[in-house]
Amino acid sequence: MVQNMILNCKEVTRLVSQGLDRHLGFGERLRLRLHLAICDGCANFRQQMLFLRKAMARLADFESPEES
Amino acid sequence: MNDFRSRVEGERAYLLRYASLQIRDRHSAEDVVQEALLAALAGEAGFAGRSNLRTWLTGILKHKIVDAIRRSSRDASVVPDGDEFEALFDERGHWVDSPAAWGDPGASLEQKQFFAALEDCLARLPAKTAQAFTLREHLGLDTGEICKELGVTATHCWVLLYRARMALRQCLEAGWFKT
Repeated sequence: MVQNMILNCKEVTRLVSQGLDRHLGFGERLRLRLHLAICDGCANFRQQMLFLRKAMARLADFESPEES
Repeated sequence: MNDFRSRVEGERAYLLRYASLQIRDRHSAEDVVQEALLAALAGEAGFAGRSNLRTWLTGILKHKIVDAIRRSSRDASVVPDGDEFEALFDERGHWVDSPAAWGDPGASLEQKQFFAALEDCLARLPAKTAQAFTLREHLGLDTGEICKELGVTATHCWVLLYRARMALRQCLEAGWFKT
């Protein structure tokens, strides 16, 4: 897939998203880490994605308050 | 003109609410209801007072909804791969506007209004994207199951989920975190 060692931000956003849906390979995780370590924008993006997952998990609670 | 027609017509609002639960796009929902009403009028003899009118109409509507979802599943296989977010990046693939941290997102999770904003954003997603995302994040299915459910490939599934996340991020940022 992505052969280049240095990922750009666009590639990182796709990989961050896919990391929430499948197991990333060793190379993918390594490149992702390298990028996130030096890019605040993408690090913030990743936090936002994690937050979104948490929010969606909680959405269920808010929709059915009558459940005990 | 006749009584049957006006009784059928009288159920339109109910049927539209019913269809809207499963078909997010307002126009598509209206189309499906229209199809169901026409089929009902053409098939008046099939009703013949057998059952409750609403039940009978809902039965027809369900078939039309399933057809519509199948049709849209086929259409969706030709969509491009999430390039509507191209504009967020420059030609080298770097952010044009680098994402800033969201202030205290944890506190948002305690607020009812936040979830209303989130639902609002979800409602704006294209139907298929919303379905994939809800199956994944709300019902906790894995991508394999979602692909099967929606009749798409794994790659397409990741694209749908990516789009949903990108769109929700932008929507929440504009509608919640920056207000």
